[in-house]
Amino acid sequence: MEYFLDLFLGGLTRGSIYALIALGYTMVYGIIELINFAHGEIYMIGAFIALIVASVLTMYGLNMISILLIASIVAVIYAAAYGLTIEKIAYKPLRKAPRLSPLISAIGMSILLQNYVGIAQTKDFIPFPNLIPEFAFLAPYKDTIRSSEFMILITTAIVMVFLTLLIKFTKIGKAMRATAQDKQMAMLVGIDINRVISFTFVLGSSTAAIGGVLIASHIGQINFYIGFIAGIKAFTAAVLGGIGSIPGAVLGSLVLGWTESFATGYISSDYEDVFAFSLLVLILIFKPEGLLGKSTTQKV
Amino acid sequence: MEPILQVKNLTMDFGGLRAIDNVDLEVNQGEIVALIGPNGAGKTTFFNCVTGIYSPTMGDIMISADTSGSVTPDTPKRINGLKPNRITELGLARTFQNIRLFANMSVLENVMIGRHCRSNANIAGAVFRNKKTRNEEEEIINTSYQLLKDVGLEQFANELSKNLPYGAQRRLEIARALATDPFLLFLDEPAAGMNPLETKELDDLIKKIQLEKRISILLIEHDMRLVMSISERIYVVDYGKRIAHGAPEEIRNNPKVIKAYLGEDADA
Amino acid sequence: METVVAGIKSSFKNIYTGVWDFINLLIARSLRPEELKRSTLTALWFMFLTFPILVIKVNTVDNVINWYWARVVYLGVTVYFVSFFWRYFLEVKEHGIKAALDADPVDTSIADGLTDNGQMGALSARLMANKKFKTALGISLCAFAVAFPFMFSMYQTNIMTNALMYIVLGLGLNIVVGLAGLLDLGYVAFYAVGAYCYALLNLHFGLGFWAVLPIGAVLGATCGLILGFPVLRLRGDYLAIVTLGFGEIIRLVLQNWNEFSHGPSGIANIPRPGFFGIDLSLKSSIIYMYFIMIGLCLLTIFVVNRLQHSRIGRAWVALREDEIACQAMGIDKTKIKLTAFALGATWAGMVGVVFAAKSTFINPESFTFMESAIILMIVVLGGMGTIVGVIIGAFMVILTPEYLRGIGEYRMLIFGATMVIMMVFRPQGIITSVRQKYKIMKDKT
Repeated sequence: MEYFLDLFLGGLTRGSIYALIALGYTMVYGIIELINFAHGEIYMIGAFIALIVASVLTMYGLNMISILLIASIVAVIYAAAYGLTIEKIAYKPLRKAPRLSPLISAIGMSILLQNYVGIAQTKDFIPFPNLIPEFAFLAPYKDTIRSSEFMILITTAIVMVFLTLLIKFTKIGKAMRATAQDKQMAMLVGIDINRVISFTFVLGSSTAAIGGVLIASHIGQINFYIGFIAGIKAFTAAVLGGIGSIPGAVLGSLVLGWTESFATGYISSDYEDVFAFSLLVLILIFKPEGLLGKSTTQKV
Repeated sequence: MEPILQVKNLTMDFGGLRAIDNVDLEVNQGEIVALIGPNGAGKTTFFNCVTGIYSPTMGDIMISADTSGSVTPDTPKRINGLKPNRITELGLARTFQNIRLFANMSVLENVMIGRHCRSNANIAGAVFRNKKTRNEEEEIINTSYQLLKDVGLEQFANELSKNLPYGAQRRLEIARALATDPFLLFLDEPAAGMNPLETKELDDLIKKIQLEKRISILLIEHDMRLVMSISERIYVVDYGKRIAHGAPEEIRNNPKVIKAYLGEDADA
Repeated sequence: METVVAGIKSSFKNIYTGVWDFINLLIARSLRPEELKRSTLTALWFMFLTFPILVIKVNTVDNVINWYWARVVYLGVTVYFVSFFWRYFLEVKEHGIKAALDADPVDTSIADGLTDNGQMGALSARLMANKKFKTALGISLCAFAVAFPFMFSMYQTNIMTNALMYIVLGLGLNIVVGLAGLLDLGYVAFYAVGAYCYALLNLHFGLGFWAVLPIGAVLGATCGLILGFPVLRLRGDYLAIVTLGFGEIIRLVLQNWNEFSHGPSGIANIPRPGFFGIDLSLKSSIIYMYFIMIGLCLLTIFVVNRLQHSRIGRAWVALREDEIACQAMGIDKTKIKLTAFALGATWAGMVGVVFAAKSTFINPESFTFMESAIILMIVVLGGMGTIVGVIIGAFMVILTPEYLRGIGEYRMLIFGATMVIMMVFRPQGIITSVRQKYKIMKDKT
């Protein structure tokens, strides 16, 4: 039972991180119907920026809490800036191109960013400082839940609530929903499509960066390639939940997290990634609309 | 007059929305029939159901003719839910409202694609290019070129289809559909976006197809002058329901039709 | 004769003044205040953007920070100029060259030639139409190919063999991506299937290269069908992801299923191809391998060319152009997609066998997603749907890093950037695919 609980909690943590990345996929897909292949790279860049900022601040001897805060904020700002720039360079000129063009462009962008970080920084794994302090009130339960896990769960929950409120109640949230439904119509009623798309990229990139910072300090090491696998898995989660749907992305991420956690725990840990990829393949083949997505009939 | 297409109680639901509601329709051999109705009445959905792009929720679609032109009224064949390519093979061809040509293929190749289901060179034939394949290829080219001449596009044969003017693209769609040797041709708004002169030419072309090629035609059209001048019978749908049916004069004077088109605010 | 010389002279002069004119206009454009401002702002933005990652390098072991200030300056200057050309080419693409230069170059065909198929295109088309020129070109290319291993070192020959392998891989993927328009990101899986097919059949049953080559092809095709079947219903981008997933699954299984594939340590001592039972020296076997690849390459070009201009090839292109219209015209989508997958995979399976025989050692590391991305890059760069394009693409992608040593480390970086640039400015690739012109027997009914 304790083992089960461990796996359950592990899956929940994993799922939360996937959810933070999956949100970006789902929002971008919802609006411009593009699998933003470079999204995983944003998450990786977020983690790298946090590492760099934290290391610099440590040398100046700041205390842990302020390092965590500043590093996260800088990482989020930079990730948003990267997201915005990538959209401008690689996707915006291709709005009217055939569907495959932006996808290939996205793959190119992903390769470019990976190697940019790999060359400028390093291609090896580098240790990531533990930015998350040990909470005193968790001490009695420290065999069950680590502080970093607790932090991941709380942060994810806050981000989800924030996003839901933002999309439901704010003006830009309404504009996003309108654009997702019908771009032409949204344009006719005076919505600035380009702004909405840029905003979506900023929002998705920021949440991915939060995920990057959290997972990096939880696992304790990063390299330039972490974005690729995490990206595909988060995409799996987004599709599993029904791409374009925000609650779907969260649900899908948790299901994926638990699947991986239990499968590696009870079956074999060698095939960790195989389980995720198999789930992806099965979902896309048998239920491409996902758990919460609506099935759409193609317009003729 | 033998019916070659009989549609009975056709119903199509999209989720909770009933796009077509119990529509009956018949096309007889050699006839030109029009399907009209206001925008969003379900005309194109009707086409999509009959040509296999959608699978209808209820109803029967029966054909009783084959590509050789012989009519078999006693043994109608139910074609609901067949794949679009099977339906085309059985002799029903169509054009699209929002032109769907193969943009980066030449005009001639677009028509040659229509011959695909009437030819059968396989991989080995393609690689070894034996006599049979070469003859078949020649037949495809010649037939397609002849069809281009029929619609007056032969001088553009080697141009890319996306470079054709609008009216010519619509005619190319007709030629491509004819290349599949249909006994019944579905035209979805063939005159949309055409100027009066082009519409007149289209009028002649449709009549020519009916008379010379002995192909029956069912068309969706908004240009009432064209509809009234060429169709023998007209079906009117509104909100997915059939509201009227008859000869052009009857339709012109039918109060229900006038109401549907002028959109009177009175309740039905 | 003299008039010809004079003609050539004057046309050179025309080209010269044309180019000069064009450069002047470009400079004039770059000096517009708005252009200066935008380039500067873009450069500053990118300097900000790349600052932490380029400049600060943390050594977490020794707790020291190295600052590389020069990098950000180089980047700023590069971005300044790149952004100018980026905007220029975007404007040319959207509004034409006249709008971009705000003037009429004396001879737009010069500028066209630099950007699109203007004069250059017309010239090469005219040359290619000339039968004599074509035969001469063909003969000299053949002679060069035959002489190559005897003219250059073994090292060079080896690299050339490598490039030839990628030509075949590119042509295979071109069937799926370029002709049928199905983005297959797991193509490397079939390559792996071929390589492991030879390695394992040889290990367990002692089968030789020539016996396994056709088996590899058939196995590749079968795997293409197996993969193709479930993904038939998927739309373009989902298909890309599923094939990517399949590719990764195959690699991960090869990596972890030790009993079957010997895991990450791979399989070593795979024999090179036999030559009528004679043991070849290393040098002759490299040359032998080269000629095997030349043969395979010619076979691929021949078959793909025939397929492309057949009833099936046309159906693939129709599928790429419009799936719904394609079906409505009576083409069985299922069948035609499966054919594309199977025929594409066949070549990967064959080259996989060659790869195992050439390197005599394989492990799962050779079959990562990056390998698929490189093959895709070849197709995208050269031109989707064209054979010549794929050949040029393969030479560029494989040979450039070999001959420009400095590029080595930056290879993938440049590939990534090239993919983006190609999609934005020239999605059709270097070589535009030209549809076949058919001769029609006049008025024959």
